[in-house]
Amino acid sequence: MTAASQASPLLQVRDLVKHYHATGILRSSGPPVRAVDGVSFEVGRGETLALVGESGCGKSSVGRTILRLQEPTGGHVLFEGVDLFPLERTELRRMRRRMQIIFQDPYSSLNPRMTVGAAVAEGIEIHRLAPPKEIPDRVAALLSEVGLDHSYAGRYPHEFSGGQRQRIGIARALAVEPSFIVCDEPVSALDVSVQAQVLNLLADLQRDRGLSYLFIAHDLAVVRQIARRVAVMYLGRIVEEGPTEPLLARPRHPYTVALLSAVPIPDPSQRRSRIVLGGDLPSPSNPPSGCPFHPRCFHPRKDARCTRELPTLRPVGATVAACHYAEETPLDIPATG
Amino acid sequence: MTRVLEVENLRVSFPDSNGGRIRPVDGVTFALDRGETMALVGESGSGKSLTSLALLRLIPRPGRIEPESVIRLGDSNVLALEGEALRDIRGRRIGMIFQDPMTSLNPVLTAGYQIAEAIRAHYPVSRAEARERSLRLLQEVGIPDPSSRLDAYPHQLSGGMRQRVMIAIALAAQPEILVADEPTTALDVTVQAQILEVLDRLRVSRGMAVLLITHDLGIVAGRADRVAVMYAGQIVEEAPTARLFANPSHPYTQGLFASVPRLRGPVERLNPIPGTVPPPAAWPAGCRFRPRCPKAFDKCQLEPPLLDVEAQHRMRCWLAEKPA
Repeated sequence: MTAASQASPLLQVRDLVKHYHATGILRSSGPPVRAVDGVSFEVGRGETLALVGESGCGKSSVGRTILRLQEPTGGHVLFEGVDLFPLERTELRRMRRRMQIIFQDPYSSLNPRMTVGAAVAEGIEIHRLAPPKEIPDRVAALLSEVGLDHSYAGRYPHEFSGGQRQRIGIARALAVEPSFIVCDEPVSALDVSVQAQVLNLLADLQRDRGLSYLFIAHDLAVVRQIARRVAVMYLGRIVEEGPTEPLLARPRHPYTVALLSAVPIPDPSQRRSRIVLGGDLPSPSNPPSGCPFHPRCFHPRKDARCTRELPTLRPVGATVAACHYAEETPLDIPATG
Repeated sequence: MTRVLEVENLRVSFPDSNGGRIRPVDGVTFALDRGETMALVGESGSGKSLTSLALLRLIPRPGRIEPESVIRLGDSNVLALEGEALRDIRGRRIGMIFQDPMTSLNPVLTAGYQIAEAIRAHYPVSRAEARERSLRLLQEVGIPDPSSRLDAYPHQLSGGMRQRVMIAIALAAQPEILVADEPTTALDVTVQAQILEVLDRLRVSRGMAVLLITHDLGIVAGRADRVAVMYAGQIVEEAPTARLFANPSHPYTQGLFASVPRLRGPVERLNPIPGTVPPPAAWPAGCRFRPRCPKAFDKCQLEPPLLDVEAQHRMRCWLAEKPA
């Protein structure tokens, strides 16, 4: 590894664009769905960046496009300084060993007819990371690293609970010794006590193996637990990004304020003034003009400029935010309804 | 306060593969007053959803409600009802909404048709009158542009809109009790907040009792008057919400609280409950939480009853026993 690649971030995403086109008999009749519309960020070595937003904001598309599980429409992704998008199949496969993904529902990503041991061994075999006779020992070590008994190797995915399956998914990702893992809502489907176990496991693995995570989530409390940096997405764009604590303490984009306000707090004495955001997410195939958040925005300074001019990310306080009036974003709004 | 529902010693059983029966709900007792929200909190497999289905006698065969169970709704014994009288309970007296509105709505019928159908099932009104009432219900649940939504099909509505339509259907026959089984689990947080606001407003304006089934302690804190925590088919702790949150006492409840990541305060390593909820066939004798409990002692081999922690606050744990 050269000195330059050592100094640069592990992952650099620049102006990533992913549009989906309608297919079938109505093909090309409608505008594309602009799932990801110009997203840039970096993830450092051993760091976790959380990508937060609601369904349809494009956060999962970002995760999948980075790994080229879906082909990008535009932009660049540099991993250890290498641009992934022009890579040919074999080169891409070599890079993929370093980049893995775990999903919200590990069951749908595990082959039901393959034993857990075979599923974990698959990556080791494909990338020839160990001589065949050492593979069973490697699998056993991986299972115990994620907190599963090594005797589980001979069993099938349906025999396991949701939390155990997520551990299997993590063991499978770790098998090829990646340095970067996209965690796509890995704890959203789990019960709280199991969720806590998996969050602790991810933190331990990061510490022990120096892993970097792109942690895709919708739950800000979970994000605070696992990530020191957060990017908030809305309609295919990052609308605010910054260190977790200041971003949660003093959000600058009105959407971040609303998202934070909507989180139910497990403490009845903290009856906050809630901002209940009206309306639904607009269609990503027909985003609003100007600031994409303006139809739902409650900012008292909202004006014609917001409907006309797309705000760009700029530093405000401790974060960067894409709001024309981020300096004056209120934290308390008269509740509606 | 008017009592609207009393559940005593509710047991739901299913046959197991050895010719015996398992009891995923095993001796649940609680009551609901008019105008209050009570939360049943628990993880998967705690029996909270089966408890709510039992209220409407919707336990799928070969499951059954055991004969010693009591469900009293006003003057009626729900478990003794048949035919027309039973149908009258469903919808007319207890309305129900579920986690995923898409699977409960008929995809080939409009929202308006499905609400009107619920109205006409309980009231002898004309189609025009039913449509008029449907429109008012959509307004009541806060659907923007309700007259055009009447003619929308479920797939044309967002998740939040579909859940509002489900609430409108549940309200069509003006039930005294609304059972909401994880009503916002499938929704985004900002939409979740909208739906919870709607439920709260309706509870106040209609004086309904709400039984909120959830796994999310955050929702409970903001919305429920009282909480019952379920584990392995039983209520293990119950109290007014403020008391439970100020003084969670059952080791399982304490474990749940220690597992939840927080938005405030220092970020510390989470302290989760070890292991997982065992399936009903593997519930241990004595206290069911004993194998996972950090505080277990000899007496826990006996099954504890609900014991007083403080006024109105009880738990199923021997630690509540006052020293003799």
